[in-house]
Amino acid sequence: MATHQASPDLPPPPTQRGLLRWLRENLFSTWYNSLLTVAIGYWLITTFVPLINWAFIQAVFTGSGADACNPDGACWVFVEQRLGFFIYGFYPAEMRWRPNVVFALFALSVVPQFLPLPAQVRKWLAIFGITGLPVAAYVLISGGYFGLESVPTSRWGGLMLTLILAYVGILAALPIGILLALGRRSEMPVIRGICVVFIEFWRAVPLITILFMASVMLPLFLPDGVTFDKLLRALVGITLFQSAYMAEVVRGGLQAIPRGQYEAAEALGLGYWRRMRLIILPQALKIVIPGIANTVISLFKDTTLVLIIGLFDLLGAVKSTLSDPAWNNVMAEGYLFVAFCFWVFCFGMSRYSHRLEKQLETGHGN
Amino acid sequence: MTTDPRPLRPGRPKPWNDPRVRSVVFQILAIAGVAWIGYSLFQNTVNNMESRGITTGFGFLNETAGFGIIMSLIPYDETMSYGRTFLVGLANTLLVSGLGILLATIVGFIVGIARLSSNWLVAKVALGYIEIFRNIPLLLQIFFWYFAVLGALPGPRQAVNVGDIAFMSNRGIVLPKPIFEPGAWVMGAGLLVALAITVVLAVWARRRQAATGRIFPVLPISLVLIPGLPLLGYLLMGGPVSWDIPALGGFNFRGGITAIPELGALLLALTLYTASFIAEIVRSGIVSVSSGQTEAALALGLPARRVLRLVVIPQALRVIIPPLTSQYLNLTKNSSLAVAIGYPDLVNVFMGTTLNQTGQAVEIVAITMAVYLTISLAISLLMNLYNRAVALKER
Repeated sequence: MATHQASPDLPPPPTQRGLLRWLRENLFSTWYNSLLTVAIGYWLITTFVPLINWAFIQAVFTGSGADACNPDGACWVFVEQRLGFFIYGFYPAEMRWRPNVVFALFALSVVPQFLPLPAQVRKWLAIFGITGLPVAAYVLISGGYFGLESVPTSRWGGLMLTLILAYVGILAALPIGILLALGRRSEMPVIRGICVVFIEFWRAVPLITILFMASVMLPLFLPDGVTFDKLLRALVGITLFQSAYMAEVVRGGLQAIPRGQYEAAEALGLGYWRRMRLIILPQALKIVIPGIANTVISLFKDTTLVLIIGLFDLLGAVKSTLSDPAWNNVMAEGYLFVAFCFWVFCFGMSRYSHRLEKQLETGHGN
Repeated sequence: MTTDPRPLRPGRPKPWNDPRVRSVVFQILAIAGVAWIGYSLFQNTVNNMESRGITTGFGFLNETAGFGIIMSLIPYDETMSYGRTFLVGLANTLLVSGLGILLATIVGFIVGIARLSSNWLVAKVALGYIEIFRNIPLLLQIFFWYFAVLGALPGPRQAVNVGDIAFMSNRGIVLPKPIFEPGAWVMGAGLLVALAITVVLAVWARRRQAATGRIFPVLPISLVLIPGLPLLGYLLMGGPVSWDIPALGGFNFRGGITAIPELGALLLALTLYTASFIAEIVRSGIVSVSSGQTEAALALGLPARRVLRLVVIPQALRVIIPPLTSQYLNLTKNSSLAVAIGYPDLVNVFMGTTLNQTGQAVEIVAITMAVYLTISLAISLLMNLYNRAVALKER
């Protein structure tokens, strides 16, 4: 009797497996997709091959001056030579160890947040970052205490100034924003009205006009003899502007908390502030992490506007170097360098917010 | 029998524990605080202005400005008043914001849809565009386009020549300018007639479809009519339009319409920056429409194009419109960055030059902020009306 012998399965045809299948499904599924793939592929190759050649292969990375540069490639010597100015601005060279210590402390409180350390350690480092770091940074960078020589804010600049503006702006805008949001949701009509007018006013005008106002008009508003530092004026303007945006983000979170949570907290007999601090705000802030991250990123980008009122942030420092006749024709390199710096920070922050969102996910959402 | 010494109902709480009393006290304190801040600001300002000899009032608006502006949509020269400079700046702000909103919406929708494309390469290029442009400061992008790209264009003598009628140089883009001659009104009339026919046709087609279910091809017919009738008018009147073609004369181009490079750079930066945000809004809107909707529509036998137009997009719009409104507002406010490259917008002309010349800081800052407040409120109002029209109607 003949027995039925199953022959082994044949592999799928070549167009149904591996790379070919992927190509067919993802790049050449229909005639117009094939056309698009070819057109975009052509565009990418013709654009990026010369760009990479210019930026890396033909580029000059080290040298003593503009003479070392190659006309066919990027001149990164420019960045290398001026890096000190881009990071510290006019900060005296022999005192740069002070901002460096601050950078190190900043890294110490931020980097561990990404590492698999015990939650307790991360928490205390974060608390240091919010409370101790600004004080330490002020004492070290500004000087005038503990025998450190005082450095006026007019000499601060570069990436250091960008980070100071962003960090202080965020630290100050978040609590003010939360208070404003609570005020806008309050049952007291007068408090609500004040908060609504405040928020809507700051949100409706461009940041530039606020910075102009801070630099031109703030002196008019203050009593005789009280003068404000230019940097501090910019910081006040930026903080008030961003706190209005922060308030709207937090308000969204507060509105998303079900009524039952408010009522349950009240039923427990908690007072208003404890109700908000222990029950409502932790949930509301978790919901709006993406919104807060967006506000933080936009604040970070907006710090560049201070160059319009004459402060030398990173962009301002690079731009002022570009007008130096010793460095003609490094315009694109200069702007690409600044773009890269900002991109790294902003992209990093948006990735961190995604991570935080996942980390805090409790599964109670729907 | 012992009586319970406790009262049946708790007495009124102590005044400092009574929420109603507290609420009134807090509000009175808040009013007093705001009033005090307002009063001291006002008092300080008045004192400071007196001690610096600054006069108040809006009389300066009628004084002669005496400075030139590189671009104005309305007739302007140096002998006109500061009030006129305000209008010039306002018109320029509105021009760049309006064009920016239009272009950013188009680019944003295209990129947002490309991000969902089944073509891997298209989706990744869209993603790369979004991640790059969103994470770089707008001011830097404006500088990049203005100084590094448009500034690197050749001078007028070596201008990039597009078919001998349009030229691109570091002085801007020069395009031919149409000159309408007597008979040109027939073309305008043709356009109006075509538009009227299209509207009537659309209304009739919709009614007929509701009554009989038959579909009338309105779109192809209107696509023929709208350019067709003006063209017919042009031919009938023997070509009543001539073109003022720019030509190189001396050191710059003469004739034609010139778009200054400041406008080009600002528009380019505003469009590309805002479009990267709009793209993400569009994507999230389309993703939010559940796939069951698409499947149900396809199961009804609707063609894919109509599924998108009748089922997906209307539902996505509900998610898209509110954040899109904020992007329009942001774009309008961001147009004030014009001051950094010298495009003569409101902030540059009025809050910059006019303020420096007159010193009327309080009035000028107040007017400028009031203008932006008005624009912002107007855009929100319009978009809220539109939002209400597309919002989900639950009955």
